Amino acid sequence: MLEAIEVSHRFDVSKPALQRLLSGEPRLFLRAVDEVSFAVARGTTLSLVGESGCGKSTLARLAVGLYAPSAGEIRFEGQPLSAARAQPALRRRMNMIFQDPYASLNPRWRVSDIIAEPIRSFGLAQGAAALAERVAELLTLVGLDPTDGGKYPHEFSGGQRQRISIARALSSEPEFLVCDEPTSALDVSVQAQILNLMRDLQTRLGLTYLFISHNLAVVRHMSERLGVMYLGRIVEIGPAEAIFAAPLHPYTRLLLDAIPDLEQIGRSRTPVGGEVPSPIAPPPGCPFHPRCPLANARCRVEKPVHTRVGDVMVACHAAEEGRSSA
Amino acid sequence: MPLLQVQDLTVEFPTRRGTLRALDKVSFAIEPGEILGVVGESGAGKSLTGAAIIGLLEPPGRIAGGSITLENERLDTMPPDRMRRIRGRRIGTIFQDPLTTLDPLYSIGRQLTETIQTHLPLSDSDARKRAIHWLEEVGIPAAPQRIDAYPHEFSGGMRQRVVIALALCAEPRLVIADEPTTALDVSVQAQIITLLKRLSREHGTAVMLVTHDMGVIAETADRVAVMYAGRIAEIGPVASVIKHPAHPYAEGLMGSIPSLEHRVARLRQIDGSMPRLTAIPAGCAFNPRCLKVMPRCRTERPELMPASETRAACWLHADA
Repeated sequence: MLEAIEVSHRFDVSKPALQRLLSGEPRLFLRAVDEVSFAVARGTTLSLVGESGCGKSTLARLAVGLYAPSAGEIRFEGQPLSAARAQPALRRRMNMIFQDPYASLNPRWRVSDIIAEPIRSFGLAQGAAALAERVAELLTLVGLDPTDGGKYPHEFSGGQRQRISIARALSSEPEFLVCDEPTSALDVSVQAQILNLMRDLQTRLGLTYLFISHNLAVVRHMSERLGVMYLGRIVEIGPAEAIFAAPLHPYTRLLLDAIPDLEQIGRSRTPVGGEVPSPIAPPPGCPFHPRCPLANARCRVEKPVHTRVGDVMVACHAAEEGRSSA
Repeated sequence: MPLLQVQDLTVEFPTRRGTLRALDKVSFAIEPGEILGVVGESGAGKSLTGAAIIGLLEPPGRIAGGSITLENERLDTMPPDRMRRIRGRRIGTIFQDPLTTLDPLYSIGRQLTETIQTHLPLSDSDARKRAIHWLEEVGIPAAPQRIDAYPHEFSGGMRQRVVIALALCAEPRLVIADEPTTALDVSVQAQIITLLKRLSREHGTAVMLVTHDMGVIAETADRVAVMYAGRIAEIGPVASVIKHPAHPYAEGLMGSIPSLEHRVARLRQIDGSMPRLTAIPAGCAFNPRCLKVMPRCRTERPELMPASETRAACWLHADA
């Protein structure tokens, strides 16, 4: 349904032109997303995980066309995204759920107006009565009361606001939803409500999700396919079950090991040191090599390309060569 | 004898619309060298409990009842200037955001030596040596060179290490860590947790670890207290609370956490949300959301009582 082909996006982080001229510095670019390819099949969920600064939110914005890629192409239903977005009939079919339900709803609008706006702008309901009926239907769908439409966002809790965001995202009758960390601002018991709701809606409406999260446990719960991102690149992508059962990339293994789990009470471990380097000046070769326990000379100079191991694509020299310890 | 004893702690916020009771008869104890985890959803009163212990309640919040005792000394009635001597010296604190805990205008070394000299009678050079020692303790590479750096020159994880060094440099008996890893990425979070655990073990420091992340608690804490609407719902050894929770809220909370080990079709969810402080229901605060609610729960408030392996504030365990 959605396909990204070697998409890159870079941000200009140069100093102002005059200052650059005076100090003779070159322009500086931050490669937020670097030659990323993936495809999302209809009715399934592809999740992208990674730590802060790995480019997952930039990728989410690229996927709905909020940013235009600097290189590469994103195709929606076989058409280039920019062309698809120019047609209301196609544009309507994709929507986005944002991370922060406190910032993504206009505090001065009533909930019914927030949800009605996409319906109005796409002309999906004729007449005020049909519009009100559709809004009530959507509120019920996400587990709120139709009378809640008359209230303002501040009257709701975080979880209820996220339900409103979902109702708004669904109001244009989309088939493809990009969800950027939809539950990370919520408490766990509320997170469970929202995740259950999203899965129910997927089953009922046949939705396709591109799900962005930093929480691997949430991702495992939600997705069929999983992509792991590090410094703007997808280092491993494949069926979620396969990756969780046998992670190939050392970074995926690190992420899985780092997550505290309820099953492991009082476990002690040796965490991998180091932090994500700056994406302005990523390390040469494989970007993960300074932290990688398996890195060798080749990793320091040569950028790994994706190779297929079973159903999984992985960008790692160690996995490709079958190296297991340095 | 416990290091810290909190008994029936009640914190109230007088407002124009009446007095809000943010903490209601909270009782627990921490033994020397023990790590007590405190979990709960936002607004449950976790951070407030920590703030009340170190005497940093934001006005108009005030302690309306109960007592806080550290090594036989009452903290809740202590005058502010004596309390200031306790903070940092005998109770260290680690806050959530390492960016705002450190003063951006002073070098790391200056902040550390200032803290050390406030609490310990050391000369400038000895204080500096101690500061370097603590930076090395928390795993800052090249500490002697980096001691004169400023907070902005450190990454988030490194800054949190500095904050831990600040909290521990006067060797307090108790550290209150309020969401110490929430602002950090998972791989860095793992480093910080391991560090906290090691330091607590090596120096015999007791830790009150406040977090909403049950996974962090599972890995770090000896005992855990689950808070709900300003009260402790359940308290007990960490393995018992996670594997065999006795309070229906604790049970729901554990079930709602997605696991890496196995995938379930649906997560357990607790419908509804925590009541606001203005509308805490009579009886047990959890009764409107509880699946096992009984008539008694709606009128009578349960105190902590022995349940199978833990202590839970729930009438289900009244006969046991």
